[in-house]
Amino acid sequence: MSAIPVHRDQGAMPELLLVVNRISKRFGGLQALSDVSFGICKGDIYGLIGPNGAGKTTLFNVLTSLYQPEMGTANFMGHQLTRLKPHEIAQVGIARTFQNIRLFANLSAIENVMIGRHVRTRAGVLGAVLRNRATLEEERAIEQRAYELLEYVGIADRANDIARSLSYGDQRRLEIARALATEPTLLALDEPAAGMNPSETVVLRQLIEKIRNDGVTVLLIEHDMKLVMGLCNRVLVLEYGRVLAEGKPSEVQRDPRVIEAYLGKGAAGQAGAAVAAPASDIAARQSTGASHSNQGRHDS
Amino acid sequence: MSTLASVRTPVPPRVWLGIVLVGAVLAILPFLLGMVGQSWIRTLNFALIYVMLALGLNVVVGFAGLLDLGYIAFYGVGAYVWAMLASPHFGLHLPFWVILPLGFVLAAIAGALLGAPCLKLRGDYLAIVTLGFGEIVRIFLNNLDAPVNITNGPQGINRIDTFRVGEFAFGRTQELFGFRITGPEKYYYLLLFLTIVIVVICARLQHSRIGRAWEAIREDEIAAKAMGINTRNIKLLAFAMGASFGGIAGCMFASMQGFVSPESFSLTESIAVLCMVVLGGMGNIPGVILGALLLSVFPELLRAVVVPLQQTLFGDVILDPEGIRMLLFGFALVLVMIFRPEGLWPSALRRRELRAAKEGA
Repeated sequence: MSAIPVHRDQGAMPELLLVVNRISKRFGGLQALSDVSFGICKGDIYGLIGPNGAGKTTLFNVLTSLYQPEMGTANFMGHQLTRLKPHEIAQVGIARTFQNIRLFANLSAIENVMIGRHVRTRAGVLGAVLRNRATLEEERAIEQRAYELLEYVGIADRANDIARSLSYGDQRRLEIARALATEPTLLALDEPAAGMNPSETVVLRQLIEKIRNDGVTVLLIEHDMKLVMGLCNRVLVLEYGRVLAEGKPSEVQRDPRVIEAYLGKGAAGQAGAAVAAPASDIAARQSTGASHSNQGRHDS
Repeated sequence: MSTLASVRTPVPPRVWLGIVLVGAVLAILPFLLGMVGQSWIRTLNFALIYVMLALGLNVVVGFAGLLDLGYIAFYGVGAYVWAMLASPHFGLHLPFWVILPLGFVLAAIAGALLGAPCLKLRGDYLAIVTLGFGEIVRIFLNNLDAPVNITNGPQGINRIDTFRVGEFAFGRTQELFGFRITGPEKYYYLLLFLTIVIVVICARLQHSRIGRAWEAIREDEIAAKAMGINTRNIKLLAFAMGASFGGIAGCMFASMQGFVSPESFSLTESIAVLCMVVLGGMGNIPGVILGALLLSVFPELLRAVVVPLQQTLFGDVILDPEGIRMLLFGFALVLVMIFRPEGLWPSALRRRELRAAKEGA
């Protein structure tokens, strides 16, 4: 199969953070992922796109050990991710958000972020009961850091509000703050812009850039093509669990297979026109075309 | 950072005043009750034991959200540890500072042993498995008299040593500083002390890294895992911590009663303790204490009221207080579940959750 070689055309060889090699995952009769390979470098904002049901979230779940793949490896800074337990993933430096927000809904915003500090703090039962100075200091630091992170994502004024009561966009940002609390090297965002209005999306985009500039590599699943093409420096396109294309956004956008996947066969025939199509055009059609490509999937 | 300060709620002076008042009442309570009758002090002592049990179960059910229907087994473990190590049954008379920690540790181990096979279970399934575990322990206690007599079977173990610190025996009446102080009165202070220790431990655990991890598991286990929480260990810790408080309560029960038998550790007891937790308000320490006090004192009050009342009204006892007790008990539970499903004194968290559920429905 087409194991996509990890290559970068920049002069200096950037440091590889995550190397995914020929991952396959099957659910009963459904081959959710087959032979998926790619690499993420330090400092990337790496986009993961594809029609609904292409296997993007499955890939996320494999990388975070929620699923065990039948085949393949994922090496993250010397750790074999497939051998780790889900809770060890955060330990080695990968934090994630969920497509259908999974906050601790009845806890306050700051408590949510404080739970994110769990993996980087130590206090056990004895410390909690005795309340010795180390524990109290750690507790203060946890709260301090949690508050800073809420400020960082811009919802510090909602610190004491119940997560459930926050607006949709704020919940998404709270999830990012909670993930950042684990001090990740790689932040994996599963459709962070879903359900956001355009102005919220702009803020989100700035936030993701800020996170990257502060040294956290970002892996991004997103349907908002404008966001992906503008934000990511590298994009992987999945379809039916296979890698369709990988490369710079501008290259991927011109790839006839990608255009076909998103716009259908006819469009691929008029490749010349599609090459000229701006990203926003693809995005606009994609939102209506998603259901079509789904139907195509059932037919096949 | 004014917002930060409001996150950690400071204790207002009103609360401190309340604490002092409650402390004063608690300090003289046995003497007040003693004027009514010594039996009321015993009732109070049992109420305190139930408070310990309810607080222990609250760690598992309220904090970590794991439904445990076999909790009374740990009470049994604690009681039998004391009974076997401080009675003529084996001829052992170990001091309390050996037995009490041992009861604590063995109950905690039993808790972890129960927890281990239940890690992947939730809700109804977890309830059934823990229920089975509770029954297994009781049946073991009932049948371990042959071939080697360990628990003395259904007859139970009697003539158990009282709690004794040096020459100071808690079971006996004695003169102290010119006061005549009875066994139950002494036990009251001992139990009160242990209860306060457990309350402090629970409250501190709740507002700690561990307590937050329990909350996280209760709210969303997958998200908790993704945040790097080792859900297996944290769940086992909840089972063990909860069980250990049950073990302490069991030790106190055995030493106070001087007699233990398997029938004290039946399923109905497990359910009674669970009712205390649910009725009072899962996850909220004051609520759980309230629930335990109400449900343990109420039947005795009823017993004291129903018989004389019927005698004056009808000249005869028509309704057996035991029978009415269960009837009223059930009725009270139904009323609470209809009008205050979050419990009498719920935690803010539980209130929010149920309100949201209602809005969603």
